Amino acid sequence: MNWDGWLPLLIVLSSLSVGLVIFFLPEERVATRTTLNLTGAVLKLVLVGVIIWGVVHRHHYETRLPLLPGLDLVLRADAESVLFVTLSSGLWLVTTVYAIGYLEGSPHRSRFFGFFSLCVAATVGVALAGNLITFLLFYELLTLATYPLIVHRGTDAAHQAGRAYLTYTIAGGALLLVGTVWLYGIAGSLEFSYRGFVAELADGHRAALIAIFALLIAGLAVKAALVPFHSWLPQAMVAPAPVSALLHAVAVVKAGAFGIVRVVYDVYGIEFAAGLGVTLPLATVAAVTIIYGSMRALFQDDLKRRLAFSTVSQVSYIVLGIALTGPIATIGGLVHLVHQGVMKITLFFCAGNLAETLGIHKVSEMNGVGRRMPWTMAAFTIGAFGMIGAPPLAGFISKWYLGLGALDAGQGWVIFILAGSSLLNAGYFLPILYAAWFKAPPDTWPAERSFGRRETAWALLAPPVVTALLTLALGLLASAPFSPLQWARSITTLEYAP
Amino acid sequence: MALTMAAIPWGVMAILLPLAGAMACFLSPRRASPLGLITALGVVACAAGLGWQVAEQGAQRYAIGGWGAPLGIDLYADGLSLLMLMVTAVVGLGISVYSSGYFNREKAVNFWPLWMFLWSALNALFLSADIFNLYVTLELLGLAAVALVALAGGADALTGAMRYLLVSLLGSLAYLLGVALLYHSFGCLDIALLAERMEPSPAVMAAMGLMSAGLLLKTALFPLHFWLPPAHASAPAPVSALLSALVVKASFYILLRLWLDVFPVTAAGLGQLLGLLGAAAVLWGGLQALRQTRLKMLIAYSTVAQLGYLFLAFPLGSNVAWQGALYLLLSHALAKAAMFMAAGNILCFGGHDRIADLDRVAQRLPLSLAAFGLAGVSIMGLPPSGGFIAKWLLLEAAMRSGQWWWVIILILGGLLAAAYVFKVIGYAFTQAVMTHEARAVPATMEWAALVLALVAILLGLVAPWPLALMEIGLPFGGEAAG
Repeated sequence: MNWDGWLPLLIVLSSLSVGLVIFFLPEERVATRTTLNLTGAVLKLVLVGVIIWGVVHRHHYETRLPLLPGLDLVLRADAESVLFVTLSSGLWLVTTVYAIGYLEGSPHRSRFFGFFSLCVAATVGVALAGNLITFLLFYELLTLATYPLIVHRGTDAAHQAGRAYLTYTIAGGALLLVGTVWLYGIAGSLEFSYRGFVAELADGHRAALIAIFALLIAGLAVKAALVPFHSWLPQAMVAPAPVSALLHAVAVVKAGAFGIVRVVYDVYGIEFAAGLGVTLPLATVAAVTIIYGSMRALFQDDLKRRLAFSTVSQVSYIVLGIALTGPIATIGGLVHLVHQGVMKITLFFCAGNLAETLGIHKVSEMNGVGRRMPWTMAAFTIGAFGMIGAPPLAGFISKWYLGLGALDAGQGWVIFILAGSSLLNAGYFLPILYAAWFKAPPDTWPAERSFGRRETAWALLAPPVVTALLTLALGLLASAPFSPLQWARSITTLEYAP
Repeated sequence: MALTMAAIPWGVMAILLPLAGAMACFLSPRRASPLGLITALGVVACAAGLGWQVAEQGAQRYAIGGWGAPLGIDLYADGLSLLMLMVTAVVGLGISVYSSGYFNREKAVNFWPLWMFLWSALNALFLSADIFNLYVTLELLGLAAVALVALAGGADALTGAMRYLLVSLLGSLAYLLGVALLYHSFGCLDIALLAERMEPSPAVMAAMGLMSAGLLLKTALFPLHFWLPPAHASAPAPVSALLSALVVKASFYILLRLWLDVFPVTAAGLGQLLGLLGAAAVLWGGLQALRQTRLKMLIAYSTVAQLGYLFLAFPLGSNVAWQGALYLLLSHALAKAAMFMAAGNILCFGGHDRIADLDRVAQRLPLSLAAFGLAGVSIMGLPPSGGFIAKWLLLEAAMRSGQWWWVIILILGGLLAAAYVFKVIGYAFTQAVMTHEARAVPATMEWAALVLALVAILLGLVAPWPLALMEIGLPFGGEAAG
């Protein structure tokens, strides 16, 4: 029997089925639920490993099911989807471990982990989607699966955040839907392909193609939190820490950024899009978002809010790399998709640890916390330096390629954006690090929980340490085979005409 | 085996079986509930048999008593009638299972014969091949529905039922006048014969106006929707479900038939008007749903909005648009039935349906809330669901015809639907503790709602199959679907 046609579907089902089973699990069956969660996450990672091996050895993995006359539900493993699916499945395993530790003893855990699994199933579907309608389907499913996680705590603030999230994402989804239908009406096809499929329509449909581009990008920009569609993201930080990790690093924001990758490269084709004159406005929006997000982050005292504005800024590096028309910038954008995820998840895990262990929610409460929780703060420090772009960490690689790519594409102004943003990054991360390591700790912490001789629970400590080490490894081993950087390079050769 | 299967007139069985069931339930009131359930299973089997027959042998025509049109009564089943019959069977089975838990013995005695009778009238309506027969079945359907609305008892239900009766009679009367005019002009009632003989004249125009007005009133198209929310909201939950899911669709079906077969030449200008009214219904119904403080009223106004979508196909007029409207009809039938059942469970459990106080109830009924949520996904038209497929087809048709303003209506309607669905869903996620004196809800009632909602979702994944069935007998005219 040939599994190549079913493997992509199995990857989606591995977390979808786990989610559905967990919904019906009684609240007190903790061991069963934990086993199911971890089995699903590990199984998915194994399947992804098989796919990476297969794609390298020129296997063709594609599941194709009829959805409508003339339109199929397509799940396919190509170079870009492998990059995203590896990131989200890898980080999901870590996040699951973290979430199990974080939510120990809290109510409604079956509901939480059920939607948690659905959320990742939708993300993997977004990653593997082989055409725009399949992408749309999972993109909307992601919206629906994430809402219950954001309002999970049921407080007024959570409801407000949930409403903001829905307002933005459902409206964004509607724009995406209109763009997709319009494109289908003109092109008669929605299949992603390297270097795009709309170029031959340019005669007579130029204005329509520009309008469709604007609709699609606006729909995706909502999840990617581009200015002015970003304000749901800082509000959503009221959700539990594992959900923040999911929103900022694994699933939601990434799905938006990845969608922009798909539209620019595999629907329009970067060279055609540049010819259409739509990439420069996109790059400008990204640049504005980078600076605006960093400026706002500077003035937040709430730690998670500061991190959220930092995400607004950092995700736009990806969009900036995509929109600059040149292979080196493309490499920078794509590799930052992975690097930002790994670094930001570290920071959110650490913020969650501080809140859970010591009751610290604000930057102003972090004096001397490095002495109380050295491992957590070490991980946080690596993540923060990565964000600033200090060598040899992952963030440095991204910024290096983005800078070189900007020069290569003849867009010198981008250098100033990158330099300004790095300064601002340093401006909002270094004071935290200084306070945590060098200031004297207070007599009592806001709400301390004791974990014996350890600084916090194992399940909470291991994930940030692992991802911090990964941040280091991604920078140090960037030129090793199979590193995200090498993978981004090989995608780039496929997207630019030889 | 196949020969025997082919020899059985499944369509006729689908009418006679529920009629027999109604008799049995009436004669043996103590066993009404199990008898009704058995009949429901039988009707589902008949619908499946007819489906097999139509798929294998193409559109079916039965001449009752062997007389044939124009003298005798003909029954006709093509893809359109078949799908209506099938969705009625699925929803009907769900409603039957739900009702077996919902009604106490006293109420069940009245409910089952009426419901079986209504089901029989519905099936007969979907299979009728002439316009007078359509009138008879429409009238029978209306009377059964009015009696069911009154079943709840109390002043509210009786007022609602009385108003419903007057509207229903007025609608059928207008329709009957049109039938008389057509009979006078062409000397026949059979739809196929009428289509052949049709030629524009003032009498035909008058007939068309009267029949359309009567049917629009019964379909509750804006601004003729005023009677629907109180009637649907005050009825017992399974009755609300069958009214919103099935009964309003019957008059729409007749309108569709007339439009496609009888008046194809003369109806060009009216299409835009119907589309406009449909658009108004989508927006008005959505806004009103958002304003409601009672759950069942919210769902009833949602029906007003969803019925509006069906009329957006008229100005578009293309094959894809009809497919979209019909797909919406199917998925709305399933989703709305599930929604009313879920609301019934909440009402039954907490003793009220005030949306603002829903939080304490909703957390204790996760299955019903899941049913409401899944049905809501289809109502909003988000993927994957039958509602999404329908919306996609309508959007595609609007884009293709260049009438982009319908796109705006479709999108706005979806956003409004999202707003009122999530207004309810949000209440499931609170820290409130249960303070009500709770009444346990039977598991069958929770599962009936959930299964129907799941079928509405499933319709989003198996679309090619119903869309192919729709094409049998080419109900939408000339060319096959591209």
